[in-house]
Amino acid sequence: MSKLLRQLLPFASLILIIVLLSILRPDAFLTAENFLNVLRRSSVNGIMAAGMTAVIISGGIDLSVGSMLAAAGMVGAWTMLQVSGVPLTAGAMVAGTAAGALAGVACGLLNGVVITKLKLPPFIVTLGTMSAFRGIAYVMNDKQPYNLPGYAYLGVGAVLGVPVSIVIFAVVVVLSVLVLRYTRLGRHTYAIGSNRQAAFHAGINVDRNLIAVYTLTGLVVGVAAMIATSRIVSAQPTAGIGLELDIIAAVIIGGASLAGGRGTILGTVIGTLLISFLRNGCTILNVSTEYQFIVIGVVIIVAVAVDQLARARAE
Amino acid sequence: MIGRSKRHSNLNCADGDAAYGQALPGAGGTALCMRGICKRFGPVQALADVTFTVRSGTVHALVGENGAGKSTLMKILAGVYQPDSGTIELNGLLRRFYTPGEALAAGVSMIYQDLDLAEDLTVAENVFLGAEPRGRLPLTISRRQAVAQTKALAEQYGFSVDAGAVVASLPVGDCQVVEILKALRRKATVLVMDEPTSALSEAEAERLFGIVRQLRSRGISIVYISHRLEEIVGLADDISILRDGSVVHSSSADRLDIPEIVRHMVGRELKDFFPQREVKPGPIRAEVRGLGSASGIRNVSFEVRRGEIVGMAGLVGAGRTEVARAIFGVEAKTSGEILLDGKVLAIRSPADAIRRGIALLTEDRKRTGLCLELPCSQNITLPSLAKFVRRGMLSLRRETSAAAAMAARIDVRWSSPGAPAESLSGGNQQKLLVARWLLAESRFMIFDEPTRGIDVGAKREVYLLLNSLAGEGKAILFISSELPELFGVADRILVMRRGELVGNLVTSQTCPDEVMHLAAVE
Repeated sequence: MSKLLRQLLPFASLILIIVLLSILRPDAFLTAENFLNVLRRSSVNGIMAAGMTAVIISGGIDLSVGSMLAAAGMVGAWTMLQVSGVPLTAGAMVAGTAAGALAGVACGLLNGVVITKLKLPPFIVTLGTMSAFRGIAYVMNDKQPYNLPGYAYLGVGAVLGVPVSIVIFAVVVVLSVLVLRYTRLGRHTYAIGSNRQAAFHAGINVDRNLIAVYTLTGLVVGVAAMIATSRIVSAQPTAGIGLELDIIAAVIIGGASLAGGRGTILGTVIGTLLISFLRNGCTILNVSTEYQFIVIGVVIIVAVAVDQLARARAE
Repeated sequence: MIGRSKRHSNLNCADGDAAYGQALPGAGGTALCMRGICKRFGPVQALADVTFTVRSGTVHALVGENGAGKSTLMKILAGVYQPDSGTIELNGLLRRFYTPGEALAAGVSMIYQDLDLAEDLTVAENVFLGAEPRGRLPLTISRRQAVAQTKALAEQYGFSVDAGAVVASLPVGDCQVVEILKALRRKATVLVMDEPTSALSEAEAERLFGIVRQLRSRGISIVYISHRLEEIVGLADDISILRDGSVVHSSSADRLDIPEIVRHMVGRELKDFFPQREVKPGPIRAEVRGLGSASGIRNVSFEVRRGEIVGMAGLVGAGRTEVARAIFGVEAKTSGEILLDGKVLAIRSPADAIRRGIALLTEDRKRTGLCLELPCSQNITLPSLAKFVRRGMLSLRRETSAAAAMAARIDVRWSSPGAPAESLSGGNQQKLLVARWLLAESRFMIFDEPTRGIDVGAKREVYLLLNSLAGEGKAILFISSELPELFGVADRILVMRRGELVGNLVTSQTCPDEVMHLAAVE
């Protein structure tokens, strides 16, 4: 019962923020357009956060996702320009999108292999690759972005009136829930995060599992990278600087434990939306960006504090 | 005013002694008197009007099954919990400890089962943690002073321990000594030791008993909590027995023998503590040939038949756990082979071993056995998930019902299959792991110290379980440091010494002395 309550807590906060903003500024906030806008802005973060949730459940962390976003976007864009040049053909766009996703996979695979085979802490490895991936993004076009006129479908296109990016976000969420709840990979991830030694003694191939988790995270980051690229029809080497912190914050607000073994996709989605609505609310209420940072910082700490309090109460 | 209340409380405690009907001869007075202690956690009455009196300079054993209230009582003494009612008198003064720090300052020190040391610091740094001697410059501390004072303290009590050594490098026995030194540095008058010998070898335990007697002779009072009744009878002056949150017996130790203690603990006679072995071992099921590993075991060969329980004895460090780990694929073999039902198995990891029908219940169920925050049912099914996959997806319904069925078969008591494993008692956690390996259809099961740290009633259940598993035709290797249970349960006893198998004895044709001799003597 109290467990349910705890899981509802971030959700309740989300509702509270929505209700509050609806009362304060119904004209600007309570419109379908604004909601779609918030969801669209959440999609890139939300897609990445789904992967981060699995990483954090496994007891790890991935600090490199922001840089990975930039590197994957640059690889995707470079591929498009190699295939057809401007104006981009549809084939080039498809090939580039796939290449961006694959670049994410390669980055994630690299993280996973280094972490498991060199037996290094994920924090250290991804701190290193955070810097390295960013470097790759800068080097690719000599610190310049790649402009991709016409590559707008993922960013602004719509399916039956719903923006494509939101559709992809939803698909990633559903797949992640299925993987974490209904596959051995998911269950093993929880077990490894809960007690790595015990998981090993129960016959789980810990290394292979962790590599899979980091690689899948790379995949979703690659997908998110192409959406982010498409949104501004250009791949920026500076994309996603500091983004990893927003992503981790969303996962933690959603109730996952940095110690591993605990966390849900649903919680992460709520955490992501909570941050997005806070940003949106601040903007509507004319709170400047500087203050938004402070608000979000406070929310992270309060969310985790309340969660711990509820947990202690339950025990 | 203070003086009066002090005298008054002393009288009270003398009354308390009389209430037990025991004159306590030669007592130098009362060191500790916890009186009328009640504590309730939600609907559970953990302690009901408990009165517990420790005479100065004595060893007072506190025994009781898991859940009887020992830990709660001691946590109240240590200031971790507040009693709902009742008083604590320490050395004649009425005290109330709101925090562990206050209890420590008043002279009550606890040594917990899982020691409380900063492993990367040295012995001296641990002993003086929080009270570091000042250095010459302001805001500095003096390492040299700490080492010198630690040495002096150790010498004063006749302990030998290297004050400059890093704690992580010390054997467990020495870590206990560091904890004791910490307590002495704080000028403890009452020292609570919770299962101090559970991780010690026989020799280390003997040394600890010497230290405890030494402390007693210096006037320190010791509350000694242990499941090992043999050592309690040998060591304690007084014994108090808790059952279901009440003291059911308290007297001097020489009035009690082990069967009587057990009777008080469980509230009934434990007849036939070890179940009758009626199984006739069948053909050879598991065979280990010339096993060697990098951790120092050499040329270990034995076989276990269907329905046979083979015990494995040896001192701590003799290589028993290492044999189990090498068979199970946790450690790489350097030589030898493992056969199951006549087939040579290629085992490079626990996953290989499990797939081929081998199970290992490790000695540390918290560290290497259970995922404590995961649901009970998921702990059971962890190695067997493949059974519940259809078209790539787990059927949670079938998984839970299979786990529940297996748990029911061996009587695991849980509130629900979804309750976290950490909510179960030690004995039930052990059963959870047995259920895991039953579901995994293991044929050769290795139990490494399965009764460590669980109470008498739960121990008996483990013995019964071993017996019935053997009855199903499983081959069982039972590693234990307690000779009585090896003799009570096993058909044969293997003896390890320094990484080698030095004895393979039929239980009915040997005696504990012979096993000890093989295990300990070069």
